[in-house]
Amino acid sequence: MATVDLKDVRKVYPGGVEAVKGVSIAIPDKELCVLVGPSGCGKSTLLRMIAGLETISSGTCAIDGKVVNAVGPTERDIAMVFQNYALYPHMKVYDNMAYGLRNRGTPKDEIDSRVRSTAKVLELSHLLDRRPRELSGGQRQRVAMGRAIVRNPKVFLFDEPLSNLDAKLRGQMRVEIKNLQRSLGVTSVYVTHDQLEAMTLADILVVMNAGLVEQMGAPLDIYEKPASTFVASFIGAPPMNLLAVTAKPDSPANTPEKLFANGASLGIAAPVHAATLGFRPEDADVIGEGTKPSGALKLSATVEAVEPVGAESFLYCAAAGGRIVVRVSGRAAAKPGDRLEVMVPAGKLHWFDSTGKRA
Amino acid sequence: MTPRVVFPNRVLPYLLVAPQLAITLVFFYWPAAQALYQSMLKEDPFGLKSKFVWFDNFKKVLADPNYLHSIKVTVVFSVATAAVAMIAALLLAVMAEKVVRSKGLYRTLLIWPYAVAPAIAGMLFLFLFNPSIGSLAILLRKMGIAWDPVLNGTDAMILLVAAASWKQISYNFLFFVAGLQAIPKTLIEAAAIDGAKEVKRFWTIVFPLLAPTTFFLLVINTTYAFFDTFGIVHAVTGGGPGKATETLVYKVYNDGFVNLILGSSAAQSVILMIIVIALTAIQFRYVERKVHYG
Ligand SMILES: Nc1ncnc2c1ncn2[C@@H]1O[C@H](COP(=O)(O)OP(=O)(O)OP(=O)(O)O)[C@@H](O)[C@H]1O
Ligand SMILES: [Mg+2]
Repeated sequence: MATVDLKDVRKVYPGGVEAVKGVSIAIPDKELCVLVGPSGCGKSTLLRMIAGLETISSGTCAIDGKVVNAVGPTERDIAMVFQNYALYPHMKVYDNMAYGLRNRGTPKDEIDSRVRSTAKVLELSHLLDRRPRELSGGQRQRVAMGRAIVRNPKVFLFDEPLSNLDAKLRGQMRVEIKNLQRSLGVTSVYVTHDQLEAMTLADILVVMNAGLVEQMGAPLDIYEKPASTFVASFIGAPPMNLLAVTAKPDSPANTPEKLFANGASLGIAAPVHAATLGFRPEDADVIGEGTKPSGALKLSATVEAVEPVGAESFLYCAAAGGRIVVRVSGRAAAKPGDRLEVMVPAGKLHWFDSTGKRA
Repeated sequence: MTPRVVFPNRVLPYLLVAPQLAITLVFFYWPAAQALYQSMLKEDPFGLKSKFVWFDNFKKVLADPNYLHSIKVTVVFSVATAAVAMIAALLLAVMAEKVVRSKGLYRTLLIWPYAVAPAIAGMLFLFLFNPSIGSLAILLRKMGIAWDPVLNGTDAMILLVAAASWKQISYNFLFFVAGLQAIPKTLIEAAAIDGAKEVKRFWTIVFPLLAPTTFFLLVINTTYAFFDTFGIVHAVTGGGPGKATETLVYKVYNDGFVNLILGSSAAQSVILMIIVIALTAIQFRYVERKVHYG
């Protein structure tokens, strides 16, 4: 029903902290944009500027094509789900959901039918007469969602809505939010620091770092082609293995031979400016008796710890002067202290230059 | 539910509350019992003979038109004082919340009047509004308002209410500020996003969530107006002109210590006690039901 356009948005707080340093994001109609990044990188600040709860220091925010910098949160026709839910403690669930409609002068019977049908969708019908303090954490979360949905706003904003739930419920709600957002077709901005939520929910994924956008795009594109070491180590669990490489001192400057931190040679050609080599844990294979060594990069590694997760196991190893994680499917045969040969196909290697950018 | 703390020792808990109980007994229950006893005695003006007369004093007091008038005066005074003190304090607290710079300074300044003793506060108002020398009285007169609290009963009452509530505003302000700060900011933001403008937000979110504070202050302010305003009445009007500002507390003092009608005075204080107990009970029973604690 609406697009959201941020153009070079900045936020300087009164104390002088520059929380957002020039961010431009265009979110097409009906799409879900996830802002992800470490704590303090400015995600909430950006979301609150879209909501109108914080002033925009410079740049523009447009909703549905209209610049709303000077429009208050009351008139922006957005709905927000807060991390602590922010339910009105003195109102019953019904009134919590009806509040926004009443403020906009919706007729009484329409309010009633909308609240009841939304409650039905979210399985809240039997809770309408309760007050927030009489609900469980998960139920409160649903009421907060219901309060946003019932208004049928132009844009949904979510600020870490699932971070107070346990892991199982979080998984369920994640799927539910995605389905609701799809079926309602409401443009949404979703803030999280959980990369799994970010990957599974996003149509557009925005990775932020220190007030700036590091990378923006489809989640799998970002996963497969991280633009920097920061993105590489933030997206994916466990994160991408990163190993420092240096040019051999006496090799020619235009095609230098590269060495690992422990002085071992890479054995493969590397881009001229490469300073870091990366590969994902699942792209590395252990060379066993049965498998033929076919990969381009070969490393000898010492197993330090084994983490069996069930369907897969993670081997934490020391290799090439750094630490790497290797994923093996099923039960791992290796034990701590074992020495392994690890290989990675050439197409699965990522190179980064000395500033951390993709080389 | 918070788990109950159980003392294994049978004696220690009683020993621990004993000092507080002793103080309550000596300073509250004993004088109260004395007043009850005295209210049933009839004593000659010189204090030589006294006679037990059961409820005669009460009958006489309740039939006295002066006493009924004093009840009316007290009701007007108490309602006006509590209302003015609470409304003004709430207004100031809401405003002080909105101040961006030097919030702390405003708050501190607004809390100071509470440190002023009642009699001094009374004198302050007496001088400010004295018809012949008071600077504010002269200002009022210049604005064309006939102002004379010395002769006009209504003016005297207004002056008294102003003085009594002025002192109480600081106290109420402190509690309202604390109450406002306890309301999570995200609730206000959620209400704003839900389309409620500032005034609407105040009445539908802030005010209901302040209810516990407001209720507490209602009890405190009523009790204050009934009991604690003797000093101010004494300093500002002395119950006059005529008996226009003679509240129940002041009448107890006047009849007992000035006119030395001890039996009647004791009966009046017993009635006063009953009134305050009843008021507090009513407030807790009926008003508190409408209050939602978090
Ligand atoms: N009201 C404020 N005044 C001054 N600085 C602030 C204010 N709010 C946030 N900041 C600062 O702005 C930066 C970004 O804060 P923000 O809340 O947007 O981070 P975030 O990405 O949401 O982090 P988290 O994941 O921990 O919620 C932080 O450095 C923070 O200290
Ligand atoms: Mg945040």
